[in-house]
Amino acid sequence: MARGLGWFSLGLGLVELLAPQAVSRTLGLRGQERLIAAYGAREVATGVGLLLSRDPEPWLWGRVAGDALDVGTLATALDGRRPRQEAAGLAMLAVLGVTALDLASACGLASRRRGMAAVRRRLPEYARRSGLPAAPAKMRGAARDFVVPEDFRTPAPLRPWGVANEVA
Amino acid sequence: MRALCWHGTQDIRCDTVPDPKLEHPRDAIIKVTTCAICGSDLHLYDNTIPAMERGDIMGHETMGIVEEVGKEVTNLKRGDRVVIPFTIFCGDCDQCRRGNFSVCERSNRNKSLADKVFGHTTAGLFGYTHLTGGYPGGQAEYLRVPFADKTHIKVPQGPSDEQLLFLSDIFPTGWQAAVQCDIQPTDTVAIWGCGPVGQMTIRSALLLGAKQVIAIDTVPERLAMARAGGATTIDFMEESVVERLNELTQGKGPEKCIDCVGMEAHATATLDSIYDRAKQAMMLETDRPHVLREMMYVCRPAGTLSIPGVYGGLLDKIPFGMAMNKGLTMRMGQTHVNRWSDDLLRRIEAGQIDPSFVITHTVPLERGPEMYKTFRDKQDGCVKVVLKP
Ligand SMILES: NC(=O)c1ccc[n+]([C@@H]2O[C@H](COP(=O)([O-])OP(=O)(O)OC[C@H]3O[C@@H](n4cnc5c(N)ncnc54)[C@H](O)[C@@H]3O)[C@@H](O)[C@H]2O)c1
Ligand SMILES: [Zn+2]
Ligand SMILES: [Zn+2]
Repeated sequence: MARGLGWFSLGLGLVELLAPQAVSRTLGLRGQERLIAAYGAREVATGVGLLLSRDPEPWLWGRVAGDALDVGTLATALDGRRPRQEAAGLAMLAVLGVTALDLASACGLASRRRGMAAVRRRLPEYARRSGLPAAPAKMRGAARDFVVPEDFRTPAPLRPWGVANEVA
Repeated sequence: MRALCWHGTQDIRCDTVPDPKLEHPRDAIIKVTTCAICGSDLHLYDNTIPAMERGDIMGHETMGIVEEVGKEVTNLKRGDRVVIPFTIFCGDCDQCRRGNFSVCERSNRNKSLADKVFGHTTAGLFGYTHLTGGYPGGQAEYLRVPFADKTHIKVPQGPSDEQLLFLSDIFPTGWQAAVQCDIQPTDTVAIWGCGPVGQMTIRSALLLGAKQVIAIDTVPERLAMARAGGATTIDFMEESVVERLNELTQGKGPEKCIDCVGMEAHATATLDSIYDRAKQAMMLETDRPHVLREMMYVCRPAGTLSIPGVYGGLLDKIPFGMAMNKGLTMRMGQTHVNRWSDDLLRRIEAGQIDPSFVITHTVPLERGPEMYKTFRDKQDGCVKVVLKP
């Protein structure tokens, strides 16, 4: 999910960065080209962050914040005096949809992080699960009485010296 | 009765299905008291093993009480407490007489299919693909056991279900994995995967007297559990497995390497892992053999590779020349459970080991479907799930 959003960020960002005029024209935001290009740079940065980082969570929260900026900017395009109201409206819907996705995956990761923290707290419990009646060092070789069946034995020449001689 | 049924990729449901009936004089019906989810079930859950059908009942780690026996089952009676091995075997074919129960020549009722796919058939397995008979499994309230006069492990009252259940699969599997290495007191045994099978293998290698046991995984709680069993651990996401193994063996490599991961090895930060992902996505190979490659590379010449991890089909870019030139021995296979079970039962009774240490989750059968996900994704510190019908 986070990776998907990363690719999306990267794609959208490149479009905004490379063709700000086309974007501003479509959305009825003429005169805002510099702003749109800046938003594009922001999208590219978060996209790269999402795709390359080990922990995408902070980048996802970054996307949520960015979404809020987008919504604000688009709201100005919805002002009745501007042209291309429907296009801006559709873009607004799309941004709100993506915002929901961003929020959902950021929250998902946050709860997974809390889950991991809980697991880490429980690590000492796992460290006690040996299944053995005494310390491992004491139990080493406790089953040496077991006779390895002939068909499971390593051929004598491949056994270590000494051992091979003992059993030969 | 209620049973966990396969409905497709990552779709297991708790369905109501007809109760099993005796179909043959050598059958028995078991009332299941405890069962578990195995790493092998995850391959079916992820649909990486072919020939599953909608509605198949899952499960091959099962124990319970004998409810009913067929006329020819003279060594079991109603009320006996039994653990059911996951390999179904007849006890009198050529292979069974040698103790090679997991390749029994008679117990696979889809023998002709298996003969075609594998060249020659292997044994019937519970709750597994139709290539191995498609027998209904034991994640259910009742289980029909074919060849029940042989396919059972009689257990005494006394030890708990939790202590005995794993005689059905993972304990003998870990044991056989270690026995396949014919462990010598001078041996370093490296074990890939610290899932339930890996954990049993670690204890088995220690009990059988390995000088040094090294365990490899990346899940913190599984690594902690591995250390509890006496292993030195390597986190494959944080460190180079090959470098660490060489360091720990004075540059010579471990004598014995055991693959307790199988076909769904996680992508590590290596090129071959990415390659496998891509090929699998394009359906050009079925398995991701990263661990096998690593074992062949790092193993000491004249050493042994033991492979309990399950593979399904075709593997790519296996450095076979490396293995050949180093003179490696390879041992693998589904476990011949009953070959080891008497000995292991004695060790449990004697208190040499208590396999219940691995259980992290115990839930009612109905919660099975969600636990498949928890186990697969290693959420909530999950290592082993036990189900109560
Ligand atoms: N031969 C048999 O008779 C038999 C019986 C039971 C299970 N199995 C097989 O044994 C395997 C393990 O079963 P399990 O129940 O422990 O399953 P599991 O999925 O819980 O354990 C697999 C472990 O391997 C780890 N892993 C993944 N990639 C790795 C890598 N590159 N290097 C090191 N570790 C890695 C995972 O983190 C996980 O902890 C499965 O393939 C299962 O089908 C075989
Ligand atoms: Zn299994
Ligand atoms: Zn047989």
